[in-house]
Amino acid sequence: MASLISYLNLEEESKRKKLWKTRFELRYPNSRPETSWRSESEQRIYSTKLVDALRLVRRNPSAADKVSSFREIREAADRVLAVAAKGRTRWSRAILASQLRLRLANNMKHKRAKVTCCSRPKRMEKKRFSPTLQRKARLLSRLVPGCRKVSFPNLLEEATDYIAALEMQVRAMTALTELVTGPPVDRLGSTSNS
Amino acid sequence: MSSRRSRTRQPGCSRISDDQINDLVSKLQQLLPEIRDRRSDKVSAANVLQETCNYIRSLHKEVDGLSERLSELLASTDTAQAAIIRSLLVHK
Repeated sequence: MASLISYLNLEEESKRKKLWKTRFELRYPNSRPETSWRSESEQRIYSTKLVDALRLVRRNPSAADKVSSFREIREAADRVLAVAAKGRTRWSRAILASQLRLRLANNMKHKRAKVTCCSRPKRMEKKRFSPTLQRKARLLSRLVPGCRKVSFPNLLEEATDYIAALEMQVRAMTALTELVTGPPVDRLGSTSNS
Repeated sequence: MSSRRSRTRQPGCSRISDDQINDLVSKLQQLLPEIRDRRSDKVSAANVLQETCNYIRSLHKEVDGLSERLSELLASTDTAQAAIIRSLLVHK
């Protein structure tokens, strides 16, 4: 019975992947276009969308809501970042998927069974990696969302894009807080946003 | 999918070439401020991976701090701040 369930989950997962893939390939038939996280326009778009999302966050000044409001802001920031990637990267799709799952679980008022824990192990490329390298790669795969079972080169590609996106996120949010208050402490050395 | 289970890993016909991996590692290396500033040639792949993990963690922490800051700011003088943000965005 358990194997049947896991098989069905597998079907779901591979169908989902195919759907993502065909949607993506229809729009970009040739190559894998990269988001230019460094460009000003990208940052401006992100900032605008983030502000829109933040306005929807309920602003209740009670102490109990401090944690939840932080959570909502963090989630909004991540969601807008993932949307900005336009489904091109695995980490962005994983962020959106996990947020959707959480929301559905909360709406239905009971925990849905997690789909991902029954996924089959990917065909392992038996490359001769040293155990240190394997360990580091595993650490990295836990940090980049949705990349626990991807191949090593994919992991590196995703990590590269993820880092660039995170840097933009930090720049945009820093600029935003700068608008609302005075100049904050920023370690990335982001210059003025105009 | 399961048809390619051959354990013989000859360098000539491995699906993922070493060069490809080295290329990706060096691309990653360029992004990391620690390694870029250090300018040393002897950066192993393990080092790059470690630095990547550290960097991602520090970026996460930074985003957390900024979210916290924003949540406090938005909670305090919400109407005034929202008005400021809106006006500044329109100005852009």
